[in-house]
Amino acid sequence: MSVKVENLSIAYPTRAGQVRPVDDVSFSVADGEIMGLAGESGCGKSTLGNSLVYLEGRMRHLGGRVELDGADLPIADVRAMRPHRMTKISLVPQYAMSALNPTRRIGRLATDLLRSHGVRDPGVITEMRRRLALVGLGDEVLSRYSFELSGGMRQRVTIILSTLLNPSLLVADEVTSALDVSTQRAVGEMLIEFRDRGFVKSVIAITHDLSILAQVADSILVMYAGRLAEKASTGTLVKAPLHPYTQLLLASLPEVGVRHDQVTLTGIPGRPPSLASPPPGCRFAARCPFARDKCAGQRPPFEEVLPGHHVACWKVREGWPT
Amino acid sequence: MSVLQVDQVSKLYRASSFGGDVTPALRQVSFGIGAGEVVTLIGESGSGKTTLGKIILRLAPATSGRVLFEGSDIAALRRSRLRDYYRHVQGVFQDPFSSYNPIYKADRVLELVRGVYFRHVGEREWQGKVESALHAVALNPGDVLGRYPHQLSGGQQQRLLIARALLLDVKLLVADEIISMLDASTRVDILNLLVSLKRSGLAILFITHDLSLGHYVSDRTVILRRGAIAEMGDTGRVFGNAQHPYTQDLLAAVPELHKKWHVAAGRTQANGTGDVRTATPDGAVRDRARSLTRTGRPHRPAGTFEPPLLTQFEEDHFVAAAEP
Amino acid sequence: MIEPVRRAAELPPASRRGAFPSGLRSEEPATSDEGRRELRAPRRRAGQQSDLLYYAKRNSKLVFGLSLELFFVLAAIIGPVISPHGTAEFFLPRQPPSAQHWMGTDYFGHDVFAQLVNGLQLSYLVGALGALCAALVGMALGFTAGYRGGLLDDVLQMITNIMVMIPSLVLLVVIGAYLKTRGVVFEGVFIGLTTWPWVARAVRAQTFTLRSREFIDLARLSGRRASSIVVKDIAPNMASYLFLVVILLFGSAMLLAASYDFLGLGPTNGISLGTMMNQAMLWSALQLKMWWWFVPPGLVLTGMVAALLIANVGLDEVFNPRLREQ
Repeated sequence: MSVKVENLSIAYPTRAGQVRPVDDVSFSVADGEIMGLAGESGCGKSTLGNSLVYLEGRMRHLGGRVELDGADLPIADVRAMRPHRMTKISLVPQYAMSALNPTRRIGRLATDLLRSHGVRDPGVITEMRRRLALVGLGDEVLSRYSFELSGGMRQRVTIILSTLLNPSLLVADEVTSALDVSTQRAVGEMLIEFRDRGFVKSVIAITHDLSILAQVADSILVMYAGRLAEKASTGTLVKAPLHPYTQLLLASLPEVGVRHDQVTLTGIPGRPPSLASPPPGCRFAARCPFARDKCAGQRPPFEEVLPGHHVACWKVREGWPT
Repeated sequence: MSVLQVDQVSKLYRASSFGGDVTPALRQVSFGIGAGEVVTLIGESGSGKTTLGKIILRLAPATSGRVLFEGSDIAALRRSRLRDYYRHVQGVFQDPFSSYNPIYKADRVLELVRGVYFRHVGEREWQGKVESALHAVALNPGDVLGRYPHQLSGGQQQRLLIARALLLDVKLLVADEIISMLDASTRVDILNLLVSLKRSGLAILFITHDLSLGHYVSDRTVILRRGAIAEMGDTGRVFGNAQHPYTQDLLAAVPELHKKWHVAAGRTQANGTGDVRTATPDGAVRDRARSLTRTGRPHRPAGTFEPPLLTQFEEDHFVAAAEP
Repeated sequence: MIEPVRRAAELPPASRRGAFPSGLRSEEPATSDEGRRELRAPRRRAGQQSDLLYYAKRNSKLVFGLSLELFFVLAAIIGPVISPHGTAEFFLPRQPPSAQHWMGTDYFGHDVFAQLVNGLQLSYLVGALGALCAALVGMALGFTAGYRGGLLDDVLQMITNIMVMIPSLVLLVVIGAYLKTRGVVFEGVFIGLTTWPWVARAVRAQTFTLRSREFIDLARLSGRRASSIVVKDIAPNMASYLFLVVILLFGSAMLLAASYDFLGLGPTNGISLGTMMNQAMLWSALQLKMWWWFVPPGLVLTGMVAALLIANVGLDEVFNPRLREQ
C-alpha cells in the first residue's frame, strides 16, 4: 500500500461552531494508482488532500492516522512533516499556477525550492530540463518569468516543480480547472505519463470534474459533506455506480452528443448540509430519493460491498429495491 | 428578421491612448440570432468571446463593424434610446457573487430596474411582477427577498439575475459563462431554465468554453478562435461533422465519461498545427504539448489581422480556412 | 413570456423533503459559497457594522488617538471661553507661567494661553478647510479618471503630474507677494488646491479595481447614469478607504499650515499655532529662555497631528481584518 488513511478527522473553529470538513475518513491508495477525489464544493475534498501534506494554521487534527509506504506520517506536526514534503509527499495546491512568484525567473524558483529542501545536486536541474522537454516545454522556460507563460505552461511548470524529487505521493488540487479544454488534456496526460515513468508513485487528483477523472484516474473516491460516499475503479463507478449521490451526479452531466430535445437531464435539488451542524445519520438523506427513516437516524458505514467497491449507503447494504 | 445581427465586428486594443501596440481581440465577426434561438459562442481564453458579449451589451465599443438589434445600429443609441435597448437586451455573467454589490441586499438588483423602468408602477403591481419573475425561474420569493447576497447559494444568485432580466421585456439574453462557477448538480437546472425560456421565444447568446454544455442547449454554434470565426452553423452539423482542425482538436480534447481520449483522437485526421499525430502514447503527449506551446500564448505575430475566409460547407454549416 | 418552469422528471417524494405548495422546489441558502470560492470568507453587511464597532472599541490605537484628538477639539471650543484673558489685551511682558497667566506672557505682553486656544481654533479651521478642498477636488478627479478611463484618464493624469511638480512653497511666496492680506480662507483653499494629487491618484486606483467588478456592469445594464453609479455603488465600497484618506488629509493640512505660518507665510489677520512659533523665533524666545512661548504650541501641534495619525493606523486595522494582531 502506498497510502493508507484510517479514521481521519480534521476540524477548524468558526464563530458558528466547529466545522468538520473531514469526518472519520478511511481509504487507501495503492502503488502506481491515480485516485481521483471527487465531490462538489464544500465537501471537504480539498481539506482532505491538503492536510495530508500541509495542515493549514487553523485546522486541527482530531483523530485518525495516515500511513505512507508503511511509515506513520505525522500530519499534525507541521515541523515534523518538513523532511517528508517534496521528497515523500508533494502538493500542487489549487491556484498554484497563479501563485508563482512573479519577480523570480522559473529557473531561480526551482533552485530556491531545492535549496530550501537541502538539495544542492546540479543533476536535479538537468533532470528538470529533461522533464520540461518531455512535456513539450523548452529550456527557455527556465529563464522566463511566470507572467510570460500561458496558464497551461504555468500549470505544467508547477507540477514539474512539485515532482522534481520523485515523491511517493502527489496530491494535485484542481490542476485542470481554469484551463482550456486542450490544455486540460495535456495536463491530464502529463499526470499519467509522470506516473508511468515513475516520477511519482501514486497520485490523488482532487477535482469536481468527473469527466476528467474518467480519463485520468484508475479509481475514484466520491466525497459528500465531509464523509466518503463511494469508492470504485473508474470503469465501475462511471458505468455502475451504487451510491444514489453518485448516480444522480452522473445523471446531471451533459455529454457532447446529448441535446435537450433528446434527453432532459436533472440536477439534484437542495443543498448539502452545513458542516457546522451536520445531521445525524446519512448526510445525503435529505436529498436522496431512496431515503427511509433509518437513513436520517443512523450513519451507514463505508465498507466494501463488492470486490474493490466501497459504498456508504443503507439502501445498498440492505438491498432495498430502487 | 433576426433579433440580433453582428456584422463584421472587430475590436482592437491599444496599449495606450496615444499609440502603441495593437492587439486584435475580434476580427470581422458576423452572425445572427433569431427569436427563440439559442446560439452558443464557443471559444477558449483569448478567443474574444467575452469581448463580443460586452460589445453586444454596449459595455464596450466595437472598433469597426456594426451590431444591429432588430435592424437598427446599437452604436448610435444614447441615453433614453440606450435605456430602451436595455429593456430588450440583458446580460448575466460568470461570477454570480461578483454581480451583486456586497453592501446591499440581493433584491437591490431588482430595485435598480424598478427605479429606471417602472417608476410609475404602483407597489402592488410591482410586487406582482417580481413574484411572477421569481416563479418563472423557480425561486421562492420568501427565500431570496430581503436577503444579502452571501446568504444565497450560487444557483439562487444566478436565478435571481435571470429573474431581473425577465422583469424587463427581454428579447435577447447574453449569458456569459453563467454556470461555470456553479456546482455540477445545479448546472443542469439552470440550463433547463434557459431551454424553457427559449421555448417562450427568448433569444439567447450562450457564451461558454465547455462544448458539452453548448451542445446540450444550443440550436446553432459559433466557434471562435483568436477573434475570428473558425466554424459555425447548425449545432448538430458543427459537432457531428466538424471540418475545421481546431474544432476537431477541441472535440478530441473534451473529456467524456464513457470514452477515453485516445479512442476519440482516432477521429481526427491531423491536429490544428499540421503536425501528424503519432500512434504511440509517448509521442502523442509530446506533439500535443508542442502544438500548445505554439498556440498557448495569445501573442499574435504581425499581419494576422485578416480573418480567414469563411466558406459554406453544407446547408447551415460554414468553415474557415485553417490558420497557423 | 413568463411561465412557470416545468420539471422534466419528478423524483419520488422523500420523507424529509419539503416541497412548496405550488410544487416548485427551491434551494436552501448555503453556508459556504459554491464553485471555486470555497476559501473565500463571506462578507456580512448587517453584521459588518456591529463587527466594526466591536473591533473599534477594542483597538487601543484608535481609542487613544481619538480621545486625544477629542481633548484638543474640546480645548479649541471651550478654551477661548474659559480663558480669563483675551488675545488682544496687554499685560506685563515676558512673564513665566503663573496663577494669573497659565502659560505666561510673550515678548509683547499677550497672554500665551489665550493665544494658544485661539490659535488652536484657527489651526483646526485651516486644516478642515484644506482637507475639504483637497478631498473634493481629488475625489472628483479620481472618480472621473478611474471610472471613465481612456483619454480623459490620460489627460487628468497629466494634470496631476504637473501639479505634483509645482513647488507649493514657492507658489505661495509668489502669490502671497501680490496679496495685500492673506486670510484663513486663502490659506485653507491654497493648501487644498496643492495637496489633492495624491488623493486623486489613490481614489483613481481604487475606482479602477472596483469598476471591473461585475456589479458595475450590471448597474450600467440597468440604465443608470455614471454619476449615480459612482455615488451609490463605487464610493460606498471604498468608504473605509475614503475615511482614512480624509483623516490623513486633515492631519497633513494642519501640519502644512503650521509650516507655512512658521515661515511667515500664514494669515496676516490671526494667531495660529504656527504664527506663535514664528513670533517666538523672531523675538529670540529661545535665547531669552521663554520656553512657555514656543513649547506649548509645538507640543499641542505635535499632539494634534500625531493623535490623528495614530487613530488612522488603528482605524486601518479595524477596517482591514488582516492587520489585526489577534
